[in-house]
Amino acid sequence: MNFLRNYLDKQKPKFEKGGKLEKLHSVFTGFESFLFVPNTTTSGGAHIRDAVDLKRTMIIVVLALVPALLFGIYNVGYQHFNAIGALAETSFWQLFFYGLWKVLPMIIVSYVVGLGIEFAVAQIKGHEINEGFLVSGLLIPMIMPVEAPLWMIALSTAFAVIIGKEIFGGTGMNIWNPALLARAFFFFSYPSMISGDKVWIASDTADAISQATPLAQMALGQPLTYSTADMFWGFIPGSIGETSVFCILLGALLLLLTNVASWRIMLSVFVGGFLMALIFQPISGVAAYQQLCMGGFAFGAVFMATDPVTSSQTNTGKYIYGLLIGAMAVIIRCINPGYPEGMMLAILLMNTFAPLIDWCVVQSNIKRRLKRAKAVARL
Amino acid sequence: MSKVIKLKKGLDIKLNGEAEKVVQPAGKITSCALKPTDFRALTPKLMVKVGDEVKAGDVLFTDKTHPEIKFTTPVSGSIEAVNRGERRKLLEVVVKADAEIQYRDFGKADVNKLKREEIITRLLESGVWPMIKQRPYDIIAHPENTPKAVFVSAFDTAPLAPDYDLILNNQEKDLQTGIDCLCKLCGKNVNLNLPADTPSSSVFLKLQHVDLNYFSGPHPAGNVGVQIHHLNPINKGEQVWVVNIQDVAIIGRLFNEGRFDARKTIVLAGSEVSKPRYEQTILGASIQTLTAGNLKNATEQRIISGNVLTGTQVTANGYLGYYDNQITVIPEGNHYEFLGWATPGFNKFSASKLFPSFLCPQKHYTLDTNYHGERRAFVVSGQYEKVFPMDIYPVYLLKACLTQDIDRMEQLGIYEVAPEDMALCEFVCTSKIPVQQILSNGIELMMKETN
Repeated sequence: MNFLRNYLDKQKPKFEKGGKLEKLHSVFTGFESFLFVPNTTTSGGAHIRDAVDLKRTMIIVVLALVPALLFGIYNVGYQHFNAIGALAETSFWQLFFYGLWKVLPMIIVSYVVGLGIEFAVAQIKGHEINEGFLVSGLLIPMIMPVEAPLWMIALSTAFAVIIGKEIFGGTGMNIWNPALLARAFFFFSYPSMISGDKVWIASDTADAISQATPLAQMALGQPLTYSTADMFWGFIPGSIGETSVFCILLGALLLLLTNVASWRIMLSVFVGGFLMALIFQPISGVAAYQQLCMGGFAFGAVFMATDPVTSSQTNTGKYIYGLLIGAMAVIIRCINPGYPEGMMLAILLMNTFAPLIDWCVVQSNIKRRLKRAKAVARL
Repeated sequence: MSKVIKLKKGLDIKLNGEAEKVVQPAGKITSCALKPTDFRALTPKLMVKVGDEVKAGDVLFTDKTHPEIKFTTPVSGSIEAVNRGERRKLLEVVVKADAEIQYRDFGKADVNKLKREEIITRLLESGVWPMIKQRPYDIIAHPENTPKAVFVSAFDTAPLAPDYDLILNNQEKDLQTGIDCLCKLCGKNVNLNLPADTPSSSVFLKLQHVDLNYFSGPHPAGNVGVQIHHLNPINKGEQVWVVNIQDVAIIGRLFNEGRFDARKTIVLAGSEVSKPRYEQTILGASIQTLTAGNLKNATEQRIISGNVLTGTQVTANGYLGYYDNQITVIPEGNHYEFLGWATPGFNKFSASKLFPSFLCPQKHYTLDTNYHGERRAFVVSGQYEKVFPMDIYPVYLLKACLTQDIDRMEQLGIYEVAPEDMALCEFVCTSKIPVQQILSNGIELMMKETN
C-alpha cells in the first residue's frame, strides 16, 4: 500500500492551509484517516493506547445491521409479489433484486445528504469528520416505509443531521438519536406517507397496494392475520429493516458479544415491554410475546435504544432508561390509536429524560459522599 | 492475616520486556539532576549557580511559596547546568558527580526519641520532605498540617513495574526507621498495603508499627489512591499523606546514617531493552548511564521515566524523575497503518472485545506509542467504569473538570483521585480523550480556587 501512501503524502500539501484545495481539508483528512490509521503518537498522559477507535466500534454496528438489512431488501420483494399474487412464479433472486432496486436509492440518498452536510459542517467548524453518521445513514432508510419518496427521505435526513446533531456540536453531543429524529420529522410532516395501509408494500403502478401491518390491526382491534412465526421471521409488511426479529437478534448477538451495545439497556427494554404488554393483554387482545415481535420494537431495542450517546450513561440509569422505553412503547401502542407505533416516540422521549435519570443516579453518589463526610465530622 | 480487599475492576496490560529478577550493582554515577517539573504546581526558587560546589544534601532550589521545603542534591560535585525552557521556566538542575559522594552531615538520631517538630525540621533541612506527598491533589505535603493517616503501598501493579520486595529485602532496618518516622508524623500506625499473595518471607511482614492491609486484583490495585478509597476515603478538608515504599527507606537512612543517601534500585524494562533488569542507582540519575549498551537499536524508541501509563517521556540524555522507580523503553509508533481499524489485529491489544486479544488473556504484547485513532467527543459509555475501581463516576468528574465547575468537582470526588488512578481510563478510551491532563488541570484549578 506504499504507492497509495506516497500518493496521499504528495497530495496532502494542496489541502493544507494556503493550499489550492484548502476548502476540502476536512474531506481529505476524513478519507485519509479512513484509509490509513494516522501516525500520531502519544504526548503526555498514557504512552500506549488501546487499539480500539470509533471507526472500529461503528463498523461493528454497521455489520450488526447487515442481516436485518438483507432480509429487509428480500422482504420488500416478497411482500410486493405476494400482494400482486405472483409469488409462486418469482425466484428468490428476483425477489431480492426487486427489493434492492427499491431500497438502494434510499440508502444512497440518506448517505449522500447526511455525509454531505457532515463534511460541510466539519470544514466550516474546522473539526474532523465523525464516524457517527456511518450508522445513522444506514438506520434511516431501514426505519422508513418502502414507498417513502426519496426527496422526503433527503429532507428528513437533513433535518436530523442539522437540527438533531450539528447544532449541538456533532457526534457525541446530540440529545436525540439522529435516525429516529429523521423518522419523527417524517412522521409529523408527512403523516400520510408513513402511516395507514398504503405505504408498506412497494408498488410499480400509480395505485398503491393496501395492506395493514400487524400493528395497525392491533390498533383497530382487528384480529391479527399474521402468525407469530411470520412476525418472528419477518414475513410481514413494515418499515424496511424492522420486520425480522430473527435477523435483528443476530445483530444483537454480535453487539453483545463485542460489548458494543449495552446488555443492560437491551435486556431492560425487552423486560419493560413484556411486562407492560402483559398488563395490557386484556385490552390489546395480543399476547405479550407477540407485541415484542411486532413493528419496530425489537429493532428499536437493539439498535436505537442502545445508542451510547443518547441513552443513559450510568449503569443504574441504563436499567431505568430501558425499562421505561419498553413500557412506554407498549403504552403508546395500546392507549393512543393515533400512533400505532410507539417505539419511536418512546425512545425519543426517554432520550430526553436520560440526562435526568443520570442526574438522579449521580446525585445519589454525591449524597453518599456527603453523608460519609458528615459521619466523620460527628466523631 | 487480616482481610483481603478484592478489586475486580481494572486491567493488567501484559507487555514484553519484563525484567529478570537480578539486581545489577551500581555503575559509576557521572551526573544527576533534579527536575522541578516532577512536582505538581511547584514554583521553584533556584539557590545555586553553574560552577558551585555542592555536597549531597545541599540545597539546589526551594519552593517559592513555602521556602522551608528544600530540594537537595543526591550527589556531591559541581553544578554543571541549569536548563530552562520557554519563558525561562526552570526545567533541570544538573550536578556533575564526584567520583565518591561527599555527604553533608545531618547527624544520626533515634527517631523514637525525637519530637515531631524536630523530625519535621530534619526532613525539611535534608531535602527528603518532598518524598512525602499529600492527597488530595497529589502534591508535596504541607509541614504545618497533620494528616489523618499515612498510607504506603508496598507493591506496584502497573505494566512492567518493579517488585519492591526484591529491591528492599535487605533494608529492613532503614524501612523500620522510616516507618517509625512516619508514625510520629501522623501519631498512629502507618497503613502498609500489600498484595494478597505476599510471600511469608517478605521483608514487609517483619515491620513493626504498621497496620497491614491486603489487596488483590488487576491494576490499579497497587495504586495508593485506590487503596485509600477502599480503606479510609478522603473527605473534604481531610488530608492523607503517602510515601513510596523505597522513599521510606531513604527517610530511614537519613536518621540511621545522618545523611541524605538517595541511592535506590530501579527497574529497566520494556520491549526495546536488550536485557531487562534491576539496576542500583540514585535519585535523579542520568538515563544514559543506566541504559548504555542495553537498548535495541532496531526502531525509534521512546524512553519513559516511570511506567507506560503515567511516566514522563525523557530524552536519551535526560534524567530519572524524582518519584520514579522504573525506566521503560518502548518503540515509537509514528507509522501509518492501511485500513488499521478494519484488520483483525492479532498483534494488537485492546480491553474491548473488538480485537482478538480478549481471547488470549495470557499473551504478552509489544505496544508502541501510536494513538490508534483520532480524538473524538465522549461517545462510548461505561468504558471507564470497567477499569476504575472507585465509587466515583469518572466521566462526570472529567466533564466537571472540563467545564471548570469546582463545586461539581468537589461533589463528584476530585479529592480522592490522582491522575495516575485514572490512567487506565485514558488507555482504554475509544475517543482518545486526554484523561490525565484534564484531571490534572481540574486539580490545579481546584488548588488555585480553594487555596
